[in-house]
Parts: sequence; C-alpha cells; structure tokens
Amino acid sequence: MMNNKDPKLLLQSAPLLRQELTTPAAMKDVWIALLPATAAALWFFGLSALLLLVTSIAGAVLTEWVFTDKDKRRFAISDTSAGLTGLLLGLTLPPGLPLWMAFLGGSVSIGLGKVIWGGLGTNLFNPALLGRAFLLGTFPIAMTTWGPAGGPGEFFQIHSSNFAWPLMQGQYDALSTATPLGLMKFEHETTALGSLFMGNTAGSIGETSSLFLLLGGLFLLLRRSIDWRIPAAIFLTASLFSLIMLLINGADSNFPSPLFTLFSGGLLLGTFFMATDPVTSPLTPRGCWIFGIGIGFLVVLIRLYGGLPEGMLYAILLMNAATPLIDRYTQPKIFGRKS
Amino acid sequence: MATDTSAYEEMIKGLWRDNPVFVQVLGMCPMLAVTNSAINAVVMGLATFFVLVGSSFLVSSFKQWIPKQVRISLYIIIIATFVTVVDYSLLALLPTIHKELGAFIPLIVANCMILGRQEAFASKHNVKYAVMDAVGMSAGFMIALFALGSVREILGVGAFFGIDLFGANFEPWVIMILPPGGFLTLGLLLLFFNWFTERRREFLLKVAESSRVAYVDGDK
Repeated sequence: MMNNKDPKLLLQSAPLLRQELTTPAAMKDVWIALLPATAAALWFFGLSALLLLVTSIAGAVLTEWVFTDKDKRRFAISDTSAGLTGLLLGLTLPPGLPLWMAFLGGSVSIGLGKVIWGGLGTNLFNPALLGRAFLLGTFPIAMTTWGPAGGPGEFFQIHSSNFAWPLMQGQYDALSTATPLGLMKFEHETTALGSLFMGNTAGSIGETSSLFLLLGGLFLLLRRSIDWRIPAAIFLTASLFSLIMLLINGADSNFPSPLFTLFSGGLLLGTFFMATDPVTSPLTPRGCWIFGIGIGFLVVLIRLYGGLPEGMLYAILLMNAATPLIDRYTQPKIFGRKS
Repeated sequence: MATDTSAYEEMIKGLWRDNPVFVQVLGMCPMLAVTNSAINAVVMGLATFFVLVGSSFLVSSFKQWIPKQVRISLYIIIIATFVTVVDYSLLALLPTIHKELGAFIPLIVANCMILGRQEAFASKHNVKYAVMDAVGMSAGFMIALFALGSVREILGVGAFFGIDLFGANFEPWVIMILPPGGFLTLGLLLLFFNWFTERRREFLLKVAESSRVAYVDGDK
C-alpha cells in the first residue's frame, strides 16, 4: 500500500480499511476445525471412511472445475470451498455407501447446490446438505444402511459395498446395525452417553464422535469464525424442547433426554459446520437467534414425530429457506428513522 | 400473414426453435405428472397430438363464426370434445395405461399449450397453416415428454419401455419416479437446451463474422 515514499497526498479509492479475513483464510479455519472429526471418522470407520471422503471431495472439486469459467477456475478451486463442501458431505455419509454414490453426491452438492445459483456466496441452501438430501431421496436404502463402528484393529477392513460398480447396488458383507437415534425411535433403547461422547456407535462417519466435533466447534468459536449465537440458540432450544417433551411423556417411551438429543445423530456436526455457514445463515444478531431457535425446535420435532429418526438435515435446509425472510425482518432500523 | 413462411416452416418451428416445453415452457402439468415412464409419456404425447390437431382444425375452420367475446369458452368446448374422444378411446384400447394416466387425460383440457395455440395461432390463420402448426407443436411436445420420460424411467427403474437394462443389481434412483425427479430432470433438460442454443448462436455469429457475410437468419 505505502510504497510511495512519503507522499504529500495519499490518494486511494475505497475500501480504505482492508480486513485480513479472506475467503481462503476463513475456509482454512474450518478445515482445521474439521481435522479432529475427520481423524475420529478414520479411527472408527477405517479405510472405508478415507475412501468415501476422498471420493466425495473429488466429485465436488471436479464439478466445480468443470462448471466454472476457464479464467476463474484457478481462484474457484484455490479458495478450497468446493473441497470443504466435499469433505462435509463425506462426513455425513454412512460407512458402507458405494463410492460412486459419494462421487455423485459431491457432484450434486456443487452443481445443484452452488454453481447453478451463481457460485460461492449466492447459494440459498448449504451445498453439502443439499447433496445429502439428494442422496437420501435418491438412494434411501443405501443411505440408511449403517455398519458398526470398529476399532483401530479393523482399520484395513473395507466394506465390500464401497466398491459397487456405478449404478449398481452395494453388496453388504457386515451385519447392518441401527444408529443410536434409530434405536431410540424404533426400539426405545438408549445408548450410553459415554459411547455417544467418544463416538463408538453406528452412524454417519463424521457425526458419531461428539468429543472431537466439540473440539472443532470450540476452535471455530474461539477464532470467532462462526457466530456463537447460532450454536447457543440450537443447543438451548433443542435441550429445552426435548426436556419438556420428556417431562410430559415420561422416561420409558421414545423421548430422549436433553443430553442424548445433543450428542446423538448429526446435531453437533450440523450445528458447528453447516448451520453456521456464513452464506446460508442470517446476517443480523437477532436473525441468528431466530435461525438457531428454528433449527433446534425443528430437529427435535422431526426426530420425535417425523418418519425418519434424524432431523438435522431437513431442519437446517428449512431454516436456510427462511433465511432471506429472517434477514429482511430483522434489519436494524437506520438511526433516526421513524418506524 | 404467412406469405413469407411456408407451411413447412410453421410445422418445423414447433420441434426446436419454438418448442412448447423447452422454449415456451407451456404444458408443465402433464409434463411433470405423467413422465415417470417412457410409455406413459408417449401415450400422453399421442393423446395431446390428436386433441391439438383436431381442435386447431375446427377452430381455424370456424374462426369467422366464433364471437370474440365468448371465444375462450368455445375453444374449451371444442378441446373438451376431442379430449372426451381420446379418454374413451384409451379406456377401450389401452385400459392399463388409461388407469395409470388417470386424471391427467381429462386434464388435457386444461393444457395451456393447446389453448395457447388456438388463441395465438389457429384463430388467426387458415386451416392449412393451423394444422401444420398443430402438428409441429404437438410433435415438439411429444419429443419433450419422451425425453423426460426416458431419462426418468432409465434412472428411476433401470428400464426402457419396460425392458430391463441393467440387470437385477441395479440401484434405482427412487427420486426420479417421484415428483421431485420430474422437476429436477426438466430443469436439467432446460439447462442443456439453453446451453446448446447459446453455443449454436455463438458459433453462427463467429462464422458470420469471420466470413464477413451479413448474418441473416431466422434465429433471434
């Protein structure tokens, strides 16, 4: 900036203040915050998890590259947002999913979730969740067949269903199990909070370990990369609402405790890494509270009364759709203006 | 009108340049509702073909006796007559497909493409041009229905006209035979169509520029 030596008059056009925060820098924070959860995914689900993550990232980045103008490609790829979308999508997939579906999901995430809206910053819905919603609607059986979490000894045991040919079904070798949320909904069984906290349960590869997700979320909060109001509102609303439902209905039914609600399923992953997506969440502080309360309420409502055991995906997507409206009605008034 | 364009051109424009689905985006109701298999799409296309050609012929023949104030209701009566014929013929000839198409056969009456052609074309042109236009438009409509129905059946069931394509291990794309799949496929087809049209226009412009020949074409 100041390379003119001792200028008598410095002429500059706005913006005169430059922020250090650029898109790649913001993305880097999220990558770092996702490292613990990714490590946990590899620990519990082995090479299958690694393959799924790599494939969905490849699908996302390739699609971004194909559908971006030639002269913008270098920037579009190097801000790493497409890769991040692929990683987030990969973390929400079940471990036994055929790889071609993961690739298709990454490609749909970017193609239908981002590029078609005009690229980064103009999309209405979170791209990774849109990709997951597409996969869930398209392959409902494959997307809800969960393998059990393994230990480090089983790291090299790959699900044979991962290697299904494109368009073909996966051949599942291991016995499929239910996720903690499925057990709660259909069998009325609770899972020990300890294993929910560590992540030693069935589920999507990146959602099981609450501890490592919390570590990543804490990092983002300390770095102020995400608005603290959204997670706060989601946690408060979800736990309060599930506590009320538990008190009304009694403990022996399929109404889980607040802690179970927070630590099971994709609630933590969705809260820290998807609901807080700066593009698809409200801009105003009051809007963030409304947004978070809406997600917290919807996720418990869908889990308790919906057809699926997990509701985080649709809770966030629904509130994404409401974001422009929230932004419009929570605009702060200009100082001095009447009503 | 129609001194500068031949009847053939009136027919050919409905196939691509003024395609009722991809360009005018008309007739979306049957387009999305009955295209979950190729055979349903083709039967719906044929039914629409019969109704549109028949009513264009009648409307164009009677145009000087149709009072302006009640023309829409008269068009609807003419269209409804042909729809009733199609409805009962399908019930007699192809009862299973008639059952699958269900309410969408009577709903051809409400197909905005058909009424649109009466109002915009058949009521202003003589019988020859009106029929040629109707043939082109409904053929274009059928092509679009067929494209949508094929994509949805191939991905959603793994078959084409009921013939199994991928064997028993095929993983069906459930969303494709559900309504969201219709919207998704239609959107992607529109995207592809517009992309192709754009590419062609750019190519023609480039050719015209490089050869320094004044570029005169029907394409706008």
